[in-house]
Amino acid sequence: MTDDLQSRLDQLAPLLVAGSPHAADLGFVLDAVRPGEAVVRAPYREDLVGDPDTGVTHGGVVTALLDHASGTAAFAGLGGDKALATLDLRIDYMRPATPGRAIIAEAHTVKVSGLIAFVSAIAHDGDRDDPVATAHAAFMVSRVSQEAAERVRADIEAGRAGPFTRTPGPGERGGAR
Amino acid sequence: MSTRLSLLMNSPYVRRLGVRFDDHGDELTGILPYTEALVGNPLIPALHGGAIGAFMEITAAAGLLAASDLAALPKPIDVSIDYLRPVRPADVYARAAITRQGSRVSNVRVEAWQERRAAPVATLHGHFLVKPSGEPR
Repeated sequence: MTDDLQSRLDQLAPLLVAGSPHAADLGFVLDAVRPGEAVVRAPYREDLVGDPDTGVTHGGVVTALLDHASGTAAFAGLGGDKALATLDLRIDYMRPATPGRAIIAEAHTVKVSGLIAFVSAIAHDGDRDDPVATAHAAFMVSRVSQEAAERVRADIEAGRAGPFTRTPGPGERGGAR
Repeated sequence: MSTRLSLLMNSPYVRRLGVRFDDHGDELTGILPYTEALVGNPLIPALHGGAIGAFMEITAAAGLLAASDLAALPKPIDVSIDYLRPVRPADVYARAAITRQGSRVSNVRVEAWQERRAAPVATLHGHFLVKPSGEPR
């Protein structure tokens, strides 16, 4: 069962970051995904700096990284086949990230309870014992996400499109609801 | 854009995200203009929770910079974000309210919304380290 899940996660791995435009835009890289766990890395980039005087990466990038790693861990903790929504995310910023170094977020699912996954994560820049930030988050299998995922699965099975290649309809771009 | 926000608006990441502020005296509204690069899940489609969290952190910093003269950008100590509704592929707005302004630490609440301010898509509250440059205004 776990081997099945791992092989499904291995299959999906290329999409877990690259399939999310915002994560791809920030240059995130998936280092590992296992049942209930994910490691996502943000290579240092000057255009992600918060304060140009110090060169420190903006806290918002750490937020997005921890959110993405936690969500991926929850996805991998809930069977790797359900679409999730973040309920909440709490982050403690412990120190500035070191300019020039990649930030690595390691997330693990503490507990799955029904439709909810509780996830804990740390972000560090090389030394796990000297974290940049820690996070706790709760995720839920969401109906709207699930309906979207099922629509896509049906499309794939019918050979209509691959995952993450859905083309928005004419009224959907540029801020339409 | 007033000079009081220049510290924030000079941040490469803030510029890259495209955040701007509608600045009317003590009413400061953050605007996160929609781009495809903000999408987290293209299947729903919904904007990335991390982008919304970052936008609310930037709005909190702007609220603190607008409220008093600070020698440096406020630094987040901790933030807690509640995601209340899926964030649709459209512009997002946010306003910050300072719950408590201290000489070293301030507590800030932020609400983000899209169509209706009364139906927020996400809220944030957190503590920020501040470094006043002189007497608070």
